[in-house]
Parts: sequence; C-alpha cells; structure tokens
Amino acid sequence: MTAQTAVGQAPDLLYSEAEEDLRAAVRSLLADRADAPSVIARTESDTPYDPRLWTALATGIGAAGLLVPEELGGQGATHREAAVVLEELGRSVAPAPYLTSSVVATETLLALGAQDGPVAGLLAQLAEGRKVAVLAVPFSAASAGTPAATGSLDATLGPIADAAAADVLLVPTADGLHAVATDAPGVRVEPLVPLDLTRPLATVALTGATGTRLADAGASARAVDRGLLAGAGLLASEQLGLAEWCLTETVRHTRERHQFNRPVGSFQSLKHRMAQLWLEVVSARAAARNAADALATGSPDTPLAVAVAQAYCSKVAVHAAEECVQLHGGIGMTWEHPAHLYLKRAKADATAYGTAGRHRETVAALMELPAP
Amino acid sequence: MTAPDAGELRRLTRELLAAHPPATTGRTDFLKARFDAGLAWVHYPVGLGGLDAPRSLQPVVDAELAAANAPDNDPRRIGIGLGMAAPTILGFGTDEQKQRFLKPLWAGEEVWCQLFSEPGAGSDLAALGTRAVRDGESWVVDGQKVWTSSAHVARWAILIARTDPDVPKHRGISYFICDMTDPGVEVRPLRQITGEAEFNEVFLTGVRIPDSRRLGPVGEGWKVAQTTLMNERVSIGGARIPREGGMIGPVARTWRERPGLRTPDLHQRLLTLWVEAEVARLTGERLRQQLVAGQPGPEGSGMKLAFARLNQEISGLEVELLGDEGLLYSDWTMRRPELVDFTGRDAGYRYLRSKGNSIEGGTSEVLLNIVAERVLGLPAEPRNDKDVAWKDLSR
Repeated sequence: MTAQTAVGQAPDLLYSEAEEDLRAAVRSLLADRADAPSVIARTESDTPYDPRLWTALATGIGAAGLLVPEELGGQGATHREAAVVLEELGRSVAPAPYLTSSVVATETLLALGAQDGPVAGLLAQLAEGRKVAVLAVPFSAASAGTPAATGSLDATLGPIADAAAADVLLVPTADGLHAVATDAPGVRVEPLVPLDLTRPLATVALTGATGTRLADAGASARAVDRGLLAGAGLLASEQLGLAEWCLTETVRHTRERHQFNRPVGSFQSLKHRMAQLWLEVVSARAAARNAADALATGSPDTPLAVAVAQAYCSKVAVHAAEECVQLHGGIGMTWEHPAHLYLKRAKADATAYGTAGRHRETVAALMELPAP
Repeated sequence: MTAPDAGELRRLTRELLAAHPPATTGRTDFLKARFDAGLAWVHYPVGLGGLDAPRSLQPVVDAELAAANAPDNDPRRIGIGLGMAAPTILGFGTDEQKQRFLKPLWAGEEVWCQLFSEPGAGSDLAALGTRAVRDGESWVVDGQKVWTSSAHVARWAILIARTDPDVPKHRGISYFICDMTDPGVEVRPLRQITGEAEFNEVFLTGVRIPDSRRLGPVGEGWKVAQTTLMNERVSIGGARIPREGGMIGPVARTWRERPGLRTPDLHQRLLTLWVEAEVARLTGERLRQQLVAGQPGPEGSGMKLAFARLNQEISGLEVELLGDEGLLYSDWTMRRPELVDFTGRDAGYRYLRSKGNSIEGGTSEVLLNIVAERVLGLPAEPRNDKDVAWKDLSR
C-alpha cells in the first residue's frame, strides 16, 4: 500500500504570491484579447487561434516555458505555475494550444531527459513559443495504460487536439518517438468538427512521412505516459477555472434577473443549487492544487493525486456548466451567450486524458480496492 | 510585551514539558499547568490560558505537545465547553466570569452543555419560547430545551431565553450561564433512532439564575449566541485527518479483506465515494493551511455539509456491502454514551447515527442558505417575521 503511506510531507495547497502575480498577468491579457464575443467570433472563422494572443501568452508572459528548466531555454518554474495559467485559460475558454503543447508535448520531451540534441532544441523552441507541438495520440488517451503506438509513420491518427495549430507532431510508434513537421511531405492535418468549438480537433494522416527519431520505444512509452499524466493532472486546473467562471456568472445573473417580482437568486431552490456548486468548486480547487503540487514536487503520490483530481474535477466542471445553462434560463440556450462554449469545453474535457471512470480504475489499482 | 512568535512558543512548550513531564504528570494537572503557561489557546489573553499570540500559531504548540505524547483534553467530551462556551465567555463575560469558568472548563474538570434548541425552535432558533423573568437580582427561568448532549454530565450550561416578548424575536433574547445542579433543572434522556440516549430533554422550572451569570446586555442575547454558533461551525472539521481517516476507512478495509462481498455496482459506488472522501480530506487540509497562513477562507462553512452527505452515503453503502451481516444490529439496549463514537461501532449504527449529521449544528438546508447569502452574496429570502413582536408571531 505505497500510496497510502506516502503522505508524509503534506502538499502545499495554497497559491504563492508569485503565482497570484502570474494569474493577474494572464487574466488581464485574456480579458483584453479573449473576451467572450471575440472567442465566439473566432470559433466561427477559419482561424480559431489568435496568433497575437498566443505570442503574448507564450512569449510575452513566458507561459510556454514554465515547465522547461532555464538551461534549456525555459522559465524553470513548475506545474504549480502552469496550473494557474490553465485555471485562467479555463475561465476564458480561449483557443490556445497551451495544455497540449506547453504541458503535454513539453512534459513528454522533458521526460526523455536530454540535455542537448534535437530534443533539447525542440524544447527550447516550444519554451520560447516559437513552435507549437502536440502529441499525436487521441485526446481521450489516459496515462494509465498508454495507448498502442502506431506501427510506423504510415497511419491515420486522431482525434488530435490542437493539431491544426501545431508545427510539430510527436508521434509514438513501435520504433520510438518521432518529431514530424506538420508541413513535411506525407503529413495531412484534416480538421474535424469538434463538440468543443474552442479546442479544435483534427485527424492526422501520415503516408510515408519522415521525421526525427527522438527516443527508442521504451523511453518513448515512458515519456508519453508522463506527458499524459501531467496533462490529466493539470487539466483539473482548467476544469476548476471553467467551473469557477460558470458559478460566478450564474450568481451574477440570478442576482440581476427578476421574475415573480424578486431576483431569481433569492429563491431557495436556486440558492441551494448554487451553494452546492460552490462547495464542489472549493473541493475541486483542493483536488486540482494537490495534483499540481504532486507533479511539481515529484511526489510518489502523483499518480493517485492526478487520478483523484480527474475523477473529481471532470464531474464538477460539467455540473457547473450544466447549471450555468439551466439557471440562465432561455438565454443560456442561445449562441450569443458564452455559456454554451463552457458546456462544450467541460463535456469534452470530461473525456480528455481519460474519463472519470478510467481514473477511478486507477484509484482502485493504486489503493488496492479491486473490482470483483 | 510583544506577542510571541513560533520559535518562542516552541521554547515555552518545551519548558512546560520539562517542568511537567507527561509520563509522570496526571492528566488534569498537566492541563492546568498548560493553561497557566498560556499554551491552552495561545490567542487568549495572558492569565486566561493564552499569550495574546496569533491564533494561527496554535498548531505549533499542538504539534510539539502531540510529539511529546502530552495528554490533551478530549474535544469530543468537552467540545461544547471548548468550542462554544469558552469563546463566548471570553468575548462577552465579565472579568469575574472569565476567572471563574475558563480554567476548569479547559482542564475538563467541568463539562458544559448548551441549552439553545427547543421543540418549537430548531432551525428558527430565535423563535425560542423559554422565558426568563427578572426578580430582584435574579432571573426566573421556565421552559423546555431539547437535543442537549452531555446535559446528564454537565456542570454548567450556556442558555438563551426570552426576556422580552413584546419586541421582534431577535431582540428580546438574553444569554445566561445556567447551573445544571439547580433543583429546577430536570434532565431526561431522549432515546434516539440508534436506540441509545446520547441527547437529553431539559425541563427548566422556576430556575433562579443570578444576574451576575448573564453574558452580555439584557436583550442582546442573540448577538452573543451568534458568537457561539459561529465558533461551533469553526470547530467542526478543523482537524487534520489521514487518508482513509474517516468513515471510508472501515468500508475500504472490509472491501480489501472480504472479496466475497464485492459486486460491480458496489465497486463503482465505493470508488466514487472514496474519491469524494479523499477530496473532502484535501479540502479540509487546504482550509487548515489557510488558517495557518492567516487567510481563513469561507470553505469552513461548507465542510460540515460535505462530511454530512459523505458520512451518510458511505455508511449506507457499508450496510449493503455487508450483506446478511448488514441485516443485523449489535445492540438496541438504551445506553447513555459519554462520547459520540462514529467508527467504533457497527455499520448499522453508523448509518443511523450519521442521519443526524445533516441536522445537528445547523441543518444542511440552513447551511446552504448561509453559504448562498454570505459567501455567494445571493439575495435573502423575503421574511415576514422581522418586525413582528415575538408574542404576535403565529405558531
């Protein structure tokens, strides 16, 4: 029962001053460049990503390199800081390949432990925001039980999140991990129609493509596993930010909206639902912070902390978004109000990097609570 | 004198331990010495068990004492005194009252109970009807209280009673310290759903309380009671618990040890509840860290809600998991336990007792209102009792 006894050092579940400063910077950028009307407008255009927003976030604030050590060209921060960025991105549902490139692809490359060569070179480019990379495994893949690698660089893969924004694909094959440029011959990125309009999905078709082999099969599998673990763990922070926005906006709306000559937020049946949601959000915060801190400190408790956070936060984000739509009444069903963006993101997030049920299976295995 | 910092408190705690080695000092003596050293509740004033230190430093002292295996007062046994009576006496008592009551309360020599709830005033506590009528230097109290834990062992009670029926309900209440040994006080066991009588009914007939045992001004007892109730909620859920430390522990152990009981449906429910219990534990830990950092968050108001629901769902699952065994109950004999025992008894007991978790100390429905109005800032329900004299309320 290793996971049960590994609780010695209590995780730091608060936010540091530096983290709050980072949050303020990201929030103000997103308020400027990614308010709800502009996010909706972008989802309907051919260019869902705003390159100026990405440059400002990745390079201006330096968010893309938070996980990358300084000697490899990054900020040398940790998952705790990256989690704060994701809370803010969840709050604004801005289309930005942060989770996929700056967390999952970056963490996968970091796990290879290279100090120089092509891996280090690519990491530096990702850290500076000059390139975007995504891991070419289905967005639903969970770390526990890494998905089967494709046999070769001849395959159709997907759905891959943010592939349309990527310069580089990290493709795990039976032969190892390959970096394949999206503009290389034999690579076709075909956009899909996603449920979540703010995180575009695509199919990647490889037909005799070539790339740089970064690692052998064993190292590749371990690195992909680690990338997906970090992705799942920090996705919880995105879900937290999303849920918080939904609760805040719902409270605001029900205070202002009058029916039966009263603000609808004064009706007990609605108050109880929002109070319940608040309780879920503060609990999600503890779970998400715990996962981010475990990843940051390299705690042996990390797999359990991540599984718990995902098993819990997915449900909270979906519940918050569903309540947001319902308690906004008719306006919650309109295209014009951003509530639908949050519902779509929350529902898609609940499948991303493994469903809650999948993560509960991980809990069962780690805590020795086996199925019948 | 400036307030001591963490290092100073650590030094003082070690001094206390050196002067009164826990291994050779009696429990009560040690607790009294701790009180005199100002290490009982460090944020209390000097001379009253404290050192005027920041409240957030109490864990420093507690950790040192726990490491030295020093005796602690059992908060389950004297919880009402520690968590509710003491902060109220500190906030509203006279110097004489503070000197008289705080030390024996702290050392567990005198147990306290709380005479608040009445048959007709539960969630609507301010509607209470127990009367206190002035008679010279005393008050004469008549009425009935209910849900009084520890009344049968308590020496003192905190009591709220109506001293003016002609004003709206919140304004005509006063707050007293009641002597439970007074002949007018009759304590009757109240047998509960579990078969035992953990609570009591208390009948007050012509009980004379000297005016010197009033806490706070006449007619302002509701304000005083707010302090008590606020502290009651703070004291719930503040402790650090290990993983599987709550009710999920026995269920998880049964699951591991008895594979024959496992079914797919129970597995799904167990895992969901296991995750929720772990998240509740983390939320409590985060709240604790906020307190230590001097940034208390409003999460405390939610923790009781979370634990009440979890305890009920987990114990319900446990009864089912046990199959035929879950059909049995250990003992319906009426007993009078001194402690509430959530983990020592069987699953059926836990299932039945946990039904009280969403009622006692504020029903979940009322707490949800409080969260909605005070934390989220949602508008209050319209009220029709605010400007009506208590005697004119329909009941």
